[in-house]
Order: sequence, then C-alpha cells, then structure tokens
Amino acid sequence: MSKTALLMDFDQALERFDPVLGLEVHVELSTNTKMFCSCSTTFGGEPNTQVCPVCLGLPGALPVVNEKGVEAAIRIGLALNCEIAEWCRFSRKNYFYPDMPKNFQTSQYDEPIAFNGYLDVAVPTDEGVMPFRVLIERAHMEEDTGKALHQGGATGRIHGADYSLLDYNRAGIPLIEIVTKPIVGAGRYAPEVAKAYVAALRELVKSLDVSDVRMDQGSLRCDVNLSLRPTPQDRFGTRTETKNVNSLRSVERAVRYEVQRQAVILTDGGKIIQETRHWHEDTGLTTAGRVKEEAEDYRYFPEPDLVPIAPSREWVEQLRASLPENPALRRARLQAEWGITDHDMASVVNAEALDLVEATIAAGADQAAARKWWLGELSRIANERGLGLEELAITPAHLARIEALIADGALNDKLARSVIEGVLAGEGEVDAVIAGRGLALVSDDGPLLAAIDAALQAQPDVAEKIAAGKLAAAGAVVGAVMKATRGQADAAKVRRLLFERLGVSE
Amino acid sequence: MTDLIKQTARQLSDLLRAGDVSAHEVAVAHLDRIAAVDERVHAFLHVDREYTLARADQVDAKRASGAAMGVLAGVPLALKDVLAMKGQPTTCGSRMLEHWRPPYNATVVERLHAADVVILGKTNMDEFAMGSSTEFSAYGPTHNPWDLDRIPGGSGGGSAASLAAFEAPLAIGTDTGGSIRQPAAVTGTVGVKPTYGAVSRYGLVALASSLDQAGPCARTVEDTALLHMAIAGYDPKDSTSINQPVADMVAAAQRRDLRGMRIGLVKELSGQGFQAGVRQRFEEAVALYTSLGADVVEVSCPSFDYALAAYYLILPSEASSNLAKFDGMRYGLRSGDDGEHSVEQVMGLTRAAGFGPEVIRRIMIGTYALSSGYYDAYYGSAQKVRTLIQRDFNAAFTTCDVLISPTAPTTAFKIGEKLDDPLAMYLNDIATIPVNLAGNCGMSLPIGLAPEDGLPVGLQIIAPINGDDRLYQAGGALEAALHAQWGHHILEEAPAL
Amino acid sequence: MSGITRAEVAHLAKLARLTIDDEHLDHYAEQLNVIIESVARVSEVAGDDVPATSHPLPLINVMRADVQRPGLTNAEALSNAPAQEQGRFRVPRILDEE
Ligand SMILES: [Mg+2]
Ligand SMILES: [Zn+2]
Repeated sequence: MSKTALLMDFDQALERFDPVLGLEVHVELSTNTKMFCSCSTTFGGEPNTQVCPVCLGLPGALPVVNEKGVEAAIRIGLALNCEIAEWCRFSRKNYFYPDMPKNFQTSQYDEPIAFNGYLDVAVPTDEGVMPFRVLIERAHMEEDTGKALHQGGATGRIHGADYSLLDYNRAGIPLIEIVTKPIVGAGRYAPEVAKAYVAALRELVKSLDVSDVRMDQGSLRCDVNLSLRPTPQDRFGTRTETKNVNSLRSVERAVRYEVQRQAVILTDGGKIIQETRHWHEDTGLTTAGRVKEEAEDYRYFPEPDLVPIAPSREWVEQLRASLPENPALRRARLQAEWGITDHDMASVVNAEALDLVEATIAAGADQAAARKWWLGELSRIANERGLGLEELAITPAHLARIEALIADGALNDKLARSVIEGVLAGEGEVDAVIAGRGLALVSDDGPLLAAIDAALQAQPDVAEKIAAGKLAAAGAVVGAVMKATRGQADAAKVRRLLFERLGVSE
Repeated sequence: MTDLIKQTARQLSDLLRAGDVSAHEVAVAHLDRIAAVDERVHAFLHVDREYTLARADQVDAKRASGAAMGVLAGVPLALKDVLAMKGQPTTCGSRMLEHWRPPYNATVVERLHAADVVILGKTNMDEFAMGSSTEFSAYGPTHNPWDLDRIPGGSGGGSAASLAAFEAPLAIGTDTGGSIRQPAAVTGTVGVKPTYGAVSRYGLVALASSLDQAGPCARTVEDTALLHMAIAGYDPKDSTSINQPVADMVAAAQRRDLRGMRIGLVKELSGQGFQAGVRQRFEEAVALYTSLGADVVEVSCPSFDYALAAYYLILPSEASSNLAKFDGMRYGLRSGDDGEHSVEQVMGLTRAAGFGPEVIRRIMIGTYALSSGYYDAYYGSAQKVRTLIQRDFNAAFTTCDVLISPTAPTTAFKIGEKLDDPLAMYLNDIATIPVNLAGNCGMSLPIGLAPEDGLPVGLQIIAPINGDDRLYQAGGALEAALHAQWGHHILEEAPAL
Repeated sequence: MSGITRAEVAHLAKLARLTIDDEHLDHYAEQLNVIIESVARVSEVAGDDVPATSHPLPLINVMRADVQRPGLTNAEALSNAPAQEQGRFRVPRILDEE
C-alpha cells in the first residue's frame, strides 16, 4: 500500500468535480447501563469488569432493551426534526469479528426509530457565515463493540501484531447512529460543511444531555463518505467510506484529502473502488482497508430475542415538549441579549463557557465581566490543570459575588484572583476566603492619605509634574501606595485622593 | 420398602412430606439406578453424585428446620444439557462446549433450585438440539429403554429415556419443533411444550429463538403439571416472556371431566402415510374421547402442508445466527491456534472441528436462506407461511377447545436407519412443528403400543396460546381412562433393563 | 429454483466461518441441494397480501429501567477463556480492521 497517494490541488479538483458527502456519526449514550443488559457504561474501568452473560454473548443469555436508550434515541430524533416511527424493530447484522461477542450486532436495519429530519448548520465561507441545511436520513439504535489491544510487532497497531487482547467493557454500550442523506451543493465548502455539521450535531446532542460527545474518548465517532462527479447534473460517483475520523479538524481534513485523492484517479481515467478507508490522525492520510474479495452480506433479519418498539404518541409528545432550546437558536438569543460581536460569541462557545457565562450573568454579574473571568483567568487555570471549566471547583454564584464586591470597591482584580485561588483551593465561600486571607481593600481614607503623603515626600518631583499637568506621573505615586498597602487598595480611589490632595482635576 | 424409582413425583412428594423417606434416600435410589442402567441407555452426559447428594441433604435439612416446602421438594430431576447450570458442564451435546462451565444459571434452573428439586444430572441430546433421534449427540446416541437398538426420539432423547428407564421421575426438555413431544411419544412418557413465552428462555442455549421453549417431562400427566407449575411464569430477563399469572395446571390435570369439550381432529395430521399401528391406536383414542363425553369434530388446517418447509428455513436461519457466537474466542473449543493462523482461520477451523455434520448443514442452509438475493424467496416466504399457519389455528380454535393428532408418524426407529437421510429424519416432526411455528402449546401422552412392533405410540393434544391448562384437562382425562383400561402404567410393559 | 452450485456452497461456508475441505464441500453441496429443493415450495403459497410473522406473540415495548445490576467478576468472565492475558481474552492475530 502506497503511503503517499497522488493528490490534486484542491481548487483545481473543485474546478473539475462536484463532491457529494455523506456522514455517519455514532453517538455513544451516557446511560447508566448498556443497551441490552444492566452492566455499567463507565469509561475507563479495569478490563472485563463491566460484563455479564448478555454482553459477553454467553450461550443462553438474552437481551432486554434499556428504556433510557430508546428515550435518548427519540430525543435525538426529535432534535433533528425527524419523524418518530410508530413501530420499529431491532435486527441482527451478522458478521464475524472478535470484538463482537455474539458475532452479530443488534442494530436497527430497515425500521429505524427516527427518520427524515434535518439539521441547519452555519458554514464559515469567504463571504461570511452561510446557512446550510443537512438532510438526515435516519437515526437508529445499536450496540457498541468491545476493544482490542494489539500486542507484539513493531507498531502496536493491528498490522504486524502477533496477537490481540480483548476487553468487552464497551461491548453493548448504546449507540445512536445518525446518517445523513447525500449532501449535495456544498461545492468547494464540502470540508467546511462536514466539519460544521459534526460540530453542530455534537452541540445539539450535548444540549440533550444524553452523551458526553467526547470525540477523544470515542463517545462521538464519525465516518465520512465521499464521492465525486463531473458536474452537479451527473449521477453520483462511487464513494469511499473513511472510518473513525475522530476530531472536528480531521473531519475537514479527511474530506479535503479524499477530494484531492479521488480527483487524481478520476482525471487519469481510473476508477474509484467502493471501499473502506482508514484515517490516520498523525499523517493526515487515508489508507485502504483490506480489499474484500466479495461484498459483505450481513444477512440482516429481525432480532427474534426482542419484541418491537412502538413508542406511544403521548410519550413522543412528552419528550418533544421537554426538549431543551435548540443550541444554535439559544446562541443567537444570548448574543443579542448580551450585545456582543460574532467573534466574541465564538470565543465563548469555543471555550465551552456558554452555560457558565450565562449562569454567571443570571446570578447578577455583568456580561463583560462574566466573559472576562471564564475566558481569561479560569480558562488559563483549567488549561493548566487539564480540566474542563465545568470541573473547576468554582461556580457562577462565586463569580457573581466576586463581581459584586469589585463593584462595591471592596475588591480589585488582583485581590479577586487571590479569592478565586482560595475558592479553588477549597478555602470556603468567597467571603470566607476574603476573611481568611485578609484580602479586603483598604477603604478608609486615613491610611490611604497617609500612604499618599509618604509617597509624595519620597518623590517630591512627582507632585510638581502633576501640578504642571503631567497627569501620567500619578502612576508612580499610585504604585507606591499599592505597594505600601500590599495591593489591598483600590487604585482608582488612590488616584482620586491624590488629585484631590494636589488640587488638580482630571 | 417401596421401590422408590417406580414412584411418581406426586408419590415421592407424599412420602417425603410424611417423613417416610428422605431426599437423600430418594436421590441415592435414583443415582444407583443410573449407575446400574445408564451404561446401556446413555440418557445422561453428566452425573455428579456428590453434588446431587449434597443438594438432597440441604433439602432434608431445610425440611427438618420446619421451613415451608414446595410440593416437589426433594424430588429428583434430569435436566437437558442445553440449560446453563452454574459450575456444571453444559455441553449441548457438542464438542464445541465440551469443557464449558457456565458462570450463571438458567432461570429454569433457578426455579428448580427455589422449588428444592434435586437435579440428578444433565441429559443427552442431539447436538444443539438439532435432530429427532439423539444420534447427533457428539457423545454417542441414547438408547430407547423399550428396545436398546432403537432411538429414543430427539432432540431430548436423554430426558425422555431417563424417565422411561426409571432413572428420574421428572425431566426438563426443550422443544423447538417437537423435541419434547416426539421423544415422549416414542418412549411411552408424557411431555409438554408450553405456550411460547410461558417458560423463560434465559439460560436455554438458543437453537431458534422464536421457536424454542423449555417444558416439563414426566411419566404421568399430573407429574408433568406439577413440574410445569414449578418452572413457568414471567421472567424479566426474557423479553419474550408472558407477563401474566400461570393457570392451575395441576387442578386441570385432576379434573377428569370432558363433557362439553370440543376436540378437533386435524385432517392434515390425521395419519396419512403414518405407520399403521400409530393410526390404529390414534383412532382408538379418538373413540375413547367420544365415549368420555367429548365432542370430536374434524377440522382442516390446509397451510400445515407447508409447515415442514417453513420450519426448515426459519430454524436454520435463526440457528445460523445464534450459533455464530461459537468461535473459540471467549469459551469452548479453540482449534488451530498455532501462533501462525489468523483469528479468521482459527474461527473457521474451530467451527469446522467443533460442530457435527447436521449442525453444519443447518448453519449453511440458514446462511443461504438469509443471504442477499434469497431472503425474500426463502426466509421471507417462510415467515408468511407462519402467518397462514397461525390463521389456520385461530380458525380451528374458534370451533374447538383443543386439537389432536398422532404425535409422530412412526414408533421408535432403529439407530442408524435415517442417519444419512436428512429429509427422512425431518419428517419425524411433521405433526409437532406447526405448534412451534404458531407459538401455541402441545402435549404428547402414551396411548398404547403399536401392534406390529410393540412400541409406544403418542397422542398429541394442541391448545391455543395460553391454553396450556386445556392440555392437562384433556390429557389427564384420557390418561385416567387408559390406565383404567390397562390396569397399569404403560411402562410396566417395557422389558426390564 | 435451480440448485446451489459448489462455488455457492464454498461462499456460504466462508460467510459462516466454516473451514471445510473440498471433499466435504461436495458432499454438503449435494445434501444442501436436496434440502433446499424440498423447502423451496414455501414461496408458492403466500401472496403479497400476507404479512410476515417473525414472532409468535404480539408483544411490544418490553423494556427495562436503566438501573445497574452486578454482572460477572473478571475471573468469572475469563473462567472459560481458551487463552487470557492482562485480564483480557487473548485471541490470534487479526488480519485487518473491519
Ligand atoms: Mg451501524
Ligand atoms: Zn452486560
């Protein structure tokens, strides 16, 4: 297998071909238990400790459907504007693979629980952000496989390994597979559309609180289908399916790569083989999977150990009514409420601070201040500690209180940072930290005036400069006062008292 | 002292309750019988004497403590080797599972434990329950106690033979197309396939999920009813389990009143092409029913002509998928793992080595019937036939309370006679299969010996879904009348072992 | 319905992960043809208006609450493993990803 396929320049490829995209996203649900048994779904457990006769595929064991898995599927379907089936079933998808204990996957086939939906996404283009509607073919329920660890050989990869070790903790975790209809009309923005779709889908599913949607942990996985055709009027070309594209950036890169790779082959009169390709995060390449001599024949048939699911319309409507606000609409609403730019809003979203900022504002803080703390100091700390903002031991209520104290002149930014440090260190609530650390601002005029006088005495020329109108010289006095009070003075107040003392107006 | 092995479960229960015998003594009597005759019968694949006696002692201790005891407490039982029993071999008659010891119990086993039934061991069967003669067991055939050169039926030949050989008064079988009823017929014992979903399938190693059902086997209708009550009932671990109360089968077995009961004689199963002695005994039983006050009418179920064909597509299709898990990766046999062969090769070698020819045949047929391009013609059409069969039953049950037919077309045939002729073997189940396809229930009980060979003939009673108690009413009354005629149990006529 | 060819039987064996040598393949092809021929008549009887029945009982919506229950310990899970290492099932080398 050649590592470096020939690639055509992207723009050149787009002059000759029209790309058709298809995206299959697998979302691992964060239910307490697996899809068909009562084992834990917690990530990262000791191998083969979250298993039972059912998910190990032991002879005689039988599946029972997890109601929460069905509920999550319906909620995802509704959020994607899908129709919810009146009646649907599970089927068996039969093929042999050692990570699959029964050698069939229990999955939905021709009767998915949700179908015919759409997701509106915002695609960044040279002409600004463009809306694009991605049509959803279906969202269906299925189960995850176990995980193989490849031993021996040089790379630790499957190729060249001597043998493999299997852990079935992940086997049977509920998956929702969301499949788009062929995405046409994206043109040269196909890579951006793919990325924007996955990002929007991730945000949507996250808002439903049914999955961690952590691409790095595999709780959201993406397969990219791509084909090229000479013009938008032609029939679809042969597609390739690139598996396991597991970051947003990679989704964009994988589409771009396949466009460029296929364009060379087609331009040279070659044929695209319908095949599975593997995405390599490190090199940014796709490589072909083993060429199969025969097409897969999964021999689907209705799962005889399970009975059909017929969600009542009452249940569906109840779930529809309880859906959270669509995250894109919510973002637009909040941006308008806060009166901030697209760029500032994007910063909040990218920092995954939207909920926290909103809650901090709701607790009484000013929007600019709320954004400043979460995107600045707290993002820095979270980053240092390798944590998400949500995981920090500080709440929107803490920050709102800190902001209130700043507004009252009882804290300045420097002291506020110390308060935050104390709260994070578990020293108690905001006021307790202030008391414990002795952080209150010196607010009596007396000690401040004394410090100002001492500073003026030490730097007699400064008073003259100020009197002569060089107000910038005040910085030296303010600095000296801050130093004398170990930072526990309100700089603005010191400045005001200094000018009063010298009879100068600002 | 009473000959304990000749007692019914009901009689043993009475003796145990009265304190006349201990569960230990009852178990010893049966274990000794097994030790004496099973070398010739080969009903059992595994007997763990120590384990069985320890269980019997526990039951005796519980009774001595004054605890409330179930009616079957201390009564021994033979368990078909297709039900998972924690820590005990569960081979399904296959080399594939020769050393498998399940880490869990089937629900049926849990219920037997809860009822303080003493399990004697695991019984022989056709490999993965595929067969009608128990000749396809990887561990050698079971012999019919009536004639050791003959088959005991299948797939549950071990369970039926253990009853006929007085090795156990009770046994559990499983019935996918007749594997409880046909062995009962050819061994002169009683067996019931309950309504689909009446007995939990959890822990029953699946052959065909939509057809499989575990059920009770015994030497009398009443004993069968007692065991039925012990194992039936809703199980949340089985999604296809029926969530409603179990009718009183024992009371139905004791009713012995057929007045007003309408019995349908299924024209398509009335015995055309069946052995003459089978037809003769069946006709006599029909006459007896009439004399007992039942109203016997003929009904037609035209789609039954297609039942066998539909069955031999649906069963292999489901089986091909159910048996895919046997690949040598997590449990069971692993073959060809020499460090060179890939996982794909080891799976292929393991499955070819671990499965016998009948299993391989059916897996291939099922794979074919489900494969793209053939699904509609085979599996899809077979499922439609299933609909037609259900309709035929529904129509018949609008005019009849139960239906009857001979259970099997012939008496027990000679070992080896049909081994290389799959189609001839499949014909054994022609009368029992429609019941599994439709999901309703059926019983086989002995109605005499065929004059030409002196071997037992069985009558099949069929009732609608959840009408299991009707089987016991119709079966109990007929059995009582026959016993009155004969003056003894039919097994008294079997040659001594 | 015409018979199954030998090549088809070989394909079925592959799909079903059964390593069968040529000689046995011939034997199975013969038997499979006889069986398939005898069951093919199922397609004659039911028309398009007849729905398929895949399950004998008309049950729907059998579901369980999302509550954890203890499963098997690692030792129990591996108790029948033909080979194991590091708490995992050891299997021969896998040729390629699916
Ligand atoms: Mg899938
Ligand atoms: Zn489990």
